[in-house]
Order: sequence, then structure tokens, then C-alpha cells
Amino acid sequence: MRWQIPLLIVFIGGVFMAVQYFVPLEFSERIYEYCVDWIIIVGVFAMGLGLWSLFRVSVSKIQTKAPAWKYNFLTLAGLFSMILLGLFSGIEEGKAFMKLFWYIYTPIQASMFALLAFYVASAAYRAFRARTLVATILLLTAVVIMLRLIPLGSVSGLNQNVASWILTVPNMAAKRAIAMGIGLGGIATALKVVLGIERSYMGKD
Amino acid sequence: MGTGEIIWNGLALFMTLCIFSILYRDNPFYRIAEHLVVGVSAGYFAIILYYTSFIPKVWVPVVHEHKFYYLVPTLLGVLMWARFSRKWSWVSRYPIAAYMGIGMGVAIPVTMQTLILVPLHATMQPMGFTSMALFNNLLVAGGVLCALVYFFFSKEHTGAFGGVAKVGIWTLMVGFGAGFGLTVMGRVSLLIERFTFIRDYLQNVLGL
Amino acid sequence: MGFYEKLMTMDRRVVYLAMALAVAVPLFIPFQVPIHTTPEVKSVYNFIENLKEGDRLLIAIDYDPNAMAELHPMALTICRQCFAKGIKLFFVTLSQNAPGMAEQLVSRLSKEFNKKNGVDYVYLGYKPYPGLVILSMGQNFRISFPMDYYGTPVDSMPIMQGIRNYDDMKAVIAFEAGWVADAWIQDANGRYKLPVALGLTGVMTADYYPYIQSKQIFGLMGGLKGAAEYETLAKAKDRIASRGMKVQTITHIVVILFIIVGNIGFFMSKRKQP
Repeated sequence: MRWQIPLLIVFIGGVFMAVQYFVPLEFSERIYEYCVDWIIIVGVFAMGLGLWSLFRVSVSKIQTKAPAWKYNFLTLAGLFSMILLGLFSGIEEGKAFMKLFWYIYTPIQASMFALLAFYVASAAYRAFRARTLVATILLLTAVVIMLRLIPLGSVSGLNQNVASWILTVPNMAAKRAIAMGIGLGGIATALKVVLGIERSYMGKD
Repeated sequence: MGTGEIIWNGLALFMTLCIFSILYRDNPFYRIAEHLVVGVSAGYFAIILYYTSFIPKVWVPVVHEHKFYYLVPTLLGVLMWARFSRKWSWVSRYPIAAYMGIGMGVAIPVTMQTLILVPLHATMQPMGFTSMALFNNLLVAGGVLCALVYFFFSKEHTGAFGGVAKVGIWTLMVGFGAGFGLTVMGRVSLLIERFTFIRDYLQNVLGL
Repeated sequence: MGFYEKLMTMDRRVVYLAMALAVAVPLFIPFQVPIHTTPEVKSVYNFIENLKEGDRLLIAIDYDPNAMAELHPMALTICRQCFAKGIKLFFVTLSQNAPGMAEQLVSRLSKEFNKKNGVDYVYLGYKPYPGLVILSMGQNFRISFPMDYYGTPVDSMPIMQGIRNYDDMKAVIAFEAGWVADAWIQDANGRYKLPVALGLTGVMTADYYPYIQSKQIFGLMGGLKGAAEYETLAKAKDRIASRGMKVQTITHIVVILFIIVGNIGFFMSKRKQP
């Protein structure tokens, strides 16, 4: 029962939702709406799993005095500050909750991703080598695309056209092939899950 | 800028510089910002989820509108939490099964339509050598076919098959090169925004 | 150690410093660079220009603070164009860190154009599981959004009278920094045939050109350049993205020089090896 009933639920749910796409009768549309509505509610509680996990991991690191354990107090302080401020002061613009979002979370998050600009430049200098034919193709294409943003006088128009052609023809072909591969893999995985062949998402006994 | 804004933006500037300090070397300021953002983002998400999802989708329908059938998905959601108990973790399989079944069932026809059938139809366009548009269609169809052949690893890439796969990898490299070129622009945009913030703050506060 | 070997083993912090100067210095020097507009961006602009007063558009703000630099300028420009034309906007967020940003965008624009919440626009808010929310909106907006972001029941709002699902919308303009873009294409366009246009980060843009050709999306605005192109087309007063393009030009020159110098160093040091 610990395996059979969940596998039956997956099978019935999967087959119904797949068939419903092709048979949009009123009663099947109703059931489809209820399914989608209810799963969103299940998802609301599932998101809480991650929060509890974060709390447990931080407390565990503090208790066991793991390397850099003192910093986990900051994690917990940030977590509880936001929760308490959100619950007691509200989430409207201008409240303390949103101030912490705009003046702590936003600059840190934006800066972390801004670091990638430095790493991209470092990678371009240290790793981007025309060692082989395929590497040279990659490198030349990247340079042509980057030249789009540089005014080149009389050659600008030609460069814009070449870059546009690269994006809409060979790049498009490559990305379409990758997307098709992803689609085929996704359908195969979805079928394996619905038919009960793939069960890793259920965990172990 | 008022005093409050100067202080809050000063805090944002401090956080920005804490993160940028990693470029020199690892240091406590970076660690402080790194750990703080994890807690703040988790707390932010928890509260947004509470106000935008739990209240309108669970609390109001059940408590105020008496739509008690919403207790069924609520119970399923609570059963997810059994995952943390070694003895009762099998109970969490029921809501996971419901989510996976519905999600996978929805995905099959939609993925087939949007990632296979429509792109296949779009690839099979009139081809030829008499105009640039027809020639481009030929290149696209050839490029897609060659790249798909490259991903077929059940046969060794030798002979004619290997030749087609080689053209496929060249096509893929053009795609990755285009991606890298656009990635540089994307990453630099984020840096521009941060430096613009630092410049504006220094101009407003220090009159530079 | 020869010159080329030294060049190859240069401290990476020198590269970081060069990059920092390439970004910082142009910010203080006033100059402009030409912005070339592309058909993918023009099609979004023309679509909105052809809409009439009272038409309804769904706007999806699905980006986090880390993508704000690229997507906020294009979202602002497009929403300003829509409000100026009297188009009714329905805002939704499907990314967990986007609600605050969407709320700030909506409040700022509503004050700027003197638009009333519930009459001229509605901010529906955030729900988890983007794929399922997009599917549910195709049936009825009220499945996922019985209330707006501020807790007001949507049925009490004049703008929501007679609005049921995507059939009542002209299109969705989705500003995306992640996989939710695929969900809009697969679910909203694939299942419900809702016209979709995407505003994407630079990193993702190259991956979505196939969808333009197959007409699964009718427009694509990629990164800061896409935002700058839109600002140029819309003759925007506040050209945040366009001002950033001059810095992009200088940094791209620097990165290309790094690539060239790195390769020269590589080939010359290889030559010297016995």
C-alpha cells in the first residue's frame, strides 16, 4: 500500500490529464480545474518544507559548531526578522519588511550576479582559446555577436546583418535541435513516471 | 535624499561592497552578506507565500466562505511535512504522487505539441537556392538534422554518419558562441546597474 | 619566464580591475552610441501601437532582483506606452522574488499616469507553481487569483467584470529570467493559443529564436540591448537602458581585447615550446 496506491494515483492522474487535453468535455474540464486548483494549494504547503529545512540545517550547524558556524546566526536573524516584520507590519511598499527587501536582499542579490561580469572577463582572458576548429568556431561567433554593440563606422551595417543572420539561422537551428532533444527526453521521462517505471521521486522505504 | 534614504541606501552600498570584496579574496564581510541574504530571502518568500497564497487560497475559502472541500488539498499539503519523519515519511508519497501524476499528465501533450510538432513543422519550410530566404530554410533544416544526428549516441560517429555529426557539432558551436556573446552583455548589464547605483549614491551624498 | 608566459599567468585581479574601470569610467563621460533596432523588438512595439484604448493586456513580471537591470527598463517602457494608450493592464507574478518589484513598478506607474487600481489595472499577485497557474488562468483567472495582491476580491473590481480567461486578453508580455518563459510558450500559447511576447535576460535570448521563427512567440526583447531598442522605438523620456549601452560598448571592446591578447599569448608561448 505504501507504493501501490501512490503509483495508482500517479497513473490515474497522468492518464486523465493527458487524455483531457484531447477531450475537452465539460465534466472533464471541471475535474481539470479542480485538479489544478488543489495542486496549487498542496504546493503552498510544500514550499514550507524548504523553510523548515533551512532552519534545521542552520541550527544543526550551530549546535555541532561546524566550520563558520557563527555566521548561521545571521541566517536565522534574517529569517526571523523578515517573518516577524512581515506578520506584524505588513508587506506594503514603505514598510520595514519591504525596506529589508530593497536595501538588504536586492543589493546583495544584484551584486552576486554582477560578480559574474568579472568572471566572464577572466574566463575570456584565461580559458577562451582557439585550440581546435570547434573552439575557433565558437570564439569567432561570440566575437561577431559582441561586435554588434560596438559602432564600427561603415562596417556596422554589415556586422549587424551578419550577427542577425547568425542568430536567426545557425543559432536557431542549434537551439531548435537542443529543444527537440529536451522535448523528447521530457516526454520519455513523463511517460516513465506515469507508468510507474521511474520511482525515484518517492524516496526509499 | 532625506536622512532616512541616505542611511538605507548607505546600508545597500555596504552590502554591495561586501559582495564585491570577494574579488580581492574571501573575507568575513562577504560571509556576512552571503549568510544574511539566505535568511532574508527565505523569510521574504515565507511571508509572500503566506499573504498571497495561504490566506486567499486556504484561510479565506475555508474559514470565511465555508468551502470545506478545500480541506482535502490542505490535508494533502500537510501530509507533505511527514517527509521529515523517518517512521512516517511514506505518507508524503500521496501528495507527491498527486502532484507528479497531474504535472506529468499535463506535460506530455503540451511538450509534444510545443517542442516537437510545431518546431518540426516550422523546420519543414520551402527550401532552395534561388533566394536567400529559401537558402536559409535549407540551412536551418540541415542544421537541425545534423545537430540531432550528433545527439544520437547509440551509433558510433564514423563514416558518413560521423561526417553529418561533425557538421552538427559545428552548428551547435555557433549556437553556443552566440549564447556566450549575449551572455557577456547580460552579465555586464548587472554590473552597470550596481556601479550606477554606487555613482548616484556618491553624487547625492558627497556631491561628487 | 618569458613575456608571453607572464602574460598568460597574470593575476586575475588585474583583469577584474580592468573590467571595473571599463564599467566605471564611461559612467562619468557623456557620449552616446547608436542603437540598431531589430525586427523581433519592432514586432512587440507595433503590436502594442496597434492596440486600442480599452484593450486588455496581461503583463507577467517574473524576474528577481538579479535580472532587474535588464528587464525593469523594458517593463517600465512598455507599461508606460500601454498606460498612455489607455490599455488596461493585468499584472501577475510567477517568480517568488518578483512580487515586491512588481508592486513597486505598478505603484510608480499608477501615480505617474493617475491610474486607478481595479479600474485601469489590477495586480493579481503571486502564486507558486508557474506552470499550473498559467494553465489555471487559461480556464479562469479566479482559480488561482480569487483576490488581488492587496487582498481585494477580484469580483468586486470593475476591471474584472466580464473577464474570465485568456480569451479576454489580447496577449501576454512576459518579462522572464528563468524557465517560466517555457511555461508561457507551452501552456499559454501551446494549449490556449494566447499570443506571447517575451522580454528576456541576455543570457537566455539566443535560446528563444526558434520560437520566433515558428511563430510560437510574436516578439522577443533580449537583455539591455532589447530594452534600449524598445526605448528608441517608443521615444521614451527616461532612457535607462540606452544610457547603459555606452558602457556595454566599452566593456565589450575590453572583453574582445582580452580574448585577442589571451590567444596571442597562448599561440606565442606554444611556438616557443620545443
